[in-house]
Amino acid sequence: MTETTPFPQGRIPMVRGRALVLRGDDIDTDRIIPARFLKCVSFEALGAQAFADDRQELAGRHPFDQSVHAGASILVVNDNFGCGSSREHAPQALMRWGIRALVGVSFAEIFYGNCLALGIPCATAASQQISLLQDAVAADPSENWLLDLNGLTFSGGSVSEPIQVASGALDMLRSGQWDATGQLVARDDELTRTMDNLPYLRGF
Amino acid sequence: MSSGTLYDKVWDLHRVADLPGGSTQLFIGLHLIHEVTSPQAFAALEDKGLAVRCPQRTVATVDHIVPTTSQARPFADPLAEEMLSTLERNCSNHGITLHGLGSGRQGIVHVIAPELGLTQPGMTVACGDSHTSTHGAFGAIAFGIGTSQVRDVLASQSLAMNKLKVRRIWVENKLSPGVFAKDLILHVIRSLGVKAGVGHAYEFAGPAIEALSMEERMTLCNMAIEGGARCGYVNPDQTTFDYLHGRAEAPTAEAWDRALTWWRSLASGADARFDDEVRFGAATIAPTVTWGITPGQGIGVDETVPTPEQLDPADRPIAEEAYRYMDLAPGQAIAGVPVDVCFIGSCTNGRLSDLQAAAAVAKGRHVASGIRAFVVPGSEQVARAAEAEGLDAVFREAGFEWREPGCSMCLAMNPDRLEGRQISASSSNRNFKGRQGSASGRTLLMSPAMVAAAAITGQVRDVRQLNWMTSDD
Repeated sequence: MTETTPFPQGRIPMVRGRALVLRGDDIDTDRIIPARFLKCVSFEALGAQAFADDRQELAGRHPFDQSVHAGASILVVNDNFGCGSSREHAPQALMRWGIRALVGVSFAEIFYGNCLALGIPCATAASQQISLLQDAVAADPSENWLLDLNGLTFSGGSVSEPIQVASGALDMLRSGQWDATGQLVARDDELTRTMDNLPYLRGF
Repeated sequence: MSSGTLYDKVWDLHRVADLPGGSTQLFIGLHLIHEVTSPQAFAALEDKGLAVRCPQRTVATVDHIVPTTSQARPFADPLAEEMLSTLERNCSNHGITLHGLGSGRQGIVHVIAPELGLTQPGMTVACGDSHTSTHGAFGAIAFGIGTSQVRDVLASQSLAMNKLKVRRIWVENKLSPGVFAKDLILHVIRSLGVKAGVGHAYEFAGPAIEALSMEERMTLCNMAIEGGARCGYVNPDQTTFDYLHGRAEAPTAEAWDRALTWWRSLASGADARFDDEVRFGAATIAPTVTWGITPGQGIGVDETVPTPEQLDPADRPIAEEAYRYMDLAPGQAIAGVPVDVCFIGSCTNGRLSDLQAAAAVAKGRHVASGIRAFVVPGSEQVARAAEAEGLDAVFREAGFEWREPGCSMCLAMNPDRLEGRQISASSSNRNFKGRQGSASGRTLLMSPAMVAAAAITGQVRDVRQLNWMTSDD
């Protein structure tokens, strides 16, 4: 486990760093962080426990255990990554292991929102492009990659592929407003008006 | 783009503001919390110096970590005890109602909110748990959220959300005897896949859906998330209103009549437009069992484990992983696969009608030798109602253990878990690798009646062959 870079803060126009590949569709949040590690009142210890069971099964061959990937910060995955449980412990574990961005074919919705709430972009690209990117990333673990949220590309060495990020998420990341609490609390007058108009809050 | 659907109507009514970047601030009518995903949210709230905006719109219970044998405090597991005492402290500090152990109202969050009448048509419901989709059974828009969003709801009673597309899942005719809502949803997920619902709300409609009881509708909507849909719902109708009438938190007297008028106006109209529609027929669906490591890897109990050639090329890698992990061979019949542990319970299938269906199979029979079988009621109310009609005795006489309410071995955050390579027949919702507490443990998802049949015979068995008649016959 490495924590060389600080957790995301403020505007996120790009994420730069070494990348690693985790292949497979439908990797669920129970695999990212098994439920027994959810018995905690703080997220702090989760980094070391990311993919605990998969790592045990692979006895050192899991990408998260390989020393060449220590310090990597961009995870390149396949389809429907993060499906299943809503546990924010999953992106928290990835973030505390060192991940600052994900690139994949698609992400499960709650996982995607949880990542966004931590300032971690989940960028998508078509299946063939992801295969190409995964091969390129795996070919040289020491390569530095750039996920550019302005130019919407993911590039490293001689490879550069276009990526997509949903416009709302993109705007929140680039403007530094991915932590929604402030915006939500600021609109209390509108909130009160909405409440005044809800039948179930005024005796129907 | 959808229009005129229940989803559109409820969305519009709860819309607070458009946020910079294009998302919508959505008011949350009912916020449910539990001990696992809330402690960090309260800590973050306190870090930001914020108060809980509407403490009366948040309701708490304890479910994930509670032991189902002895619930005496302090719990034997100090981490579990710390989580519950943290929840108790947070609720007390912020004026939030907590339905704790022994209150008569404790249970799995998605079981207690409906049975207390908290969940009502036309509400938005959020909870730090993906199976919040359950509450859509009432014609509510209900979805799971992460801990940062739990913090946001506590702070502002609202969330930054993007509107979903609406897919209508139309189901014709009627489920046949011995086939349940669990089989229907496993069939839908098997047919559409586990990611088809991403970006969508699923509206379940049609004659087969209208014929379902509220508890069956909850089972159906509960597993919308396993098909990738963050929320699933059923339009409210007389079945919904009959269920709600007289519940503790339901409106009464004239307010009830006014509520009915409003609730009736919420259903998707004849002119509603959906982003797309998929049709199914209920009558031909068989009891369905998962054979793999995703809820989409399901087959009829009379079918065989699919061969790679029978699958879409994109589904083959995870099927190969599933053959290895489950130790099941392509082409092998699922009926007859021996099981070790049988679990009846969870937010999917831990309600009274689920226990009745399982008890009807277990009655007068006995759990097969070497099988560990246990029943975990979804709530204290479910437990007391089941005991009042003698179901606990039926189960005990048949060799099942009768436990106290909680999430239990659905996700094994309490002492109930698989050991080593054990394989379970389970009425829960997820067959992910390691889900039931052993890193190499295996799960076969099925209906409670099918779990009971597996317990009695020691193997996967078509419940319809057990000379068992449903009340419809």
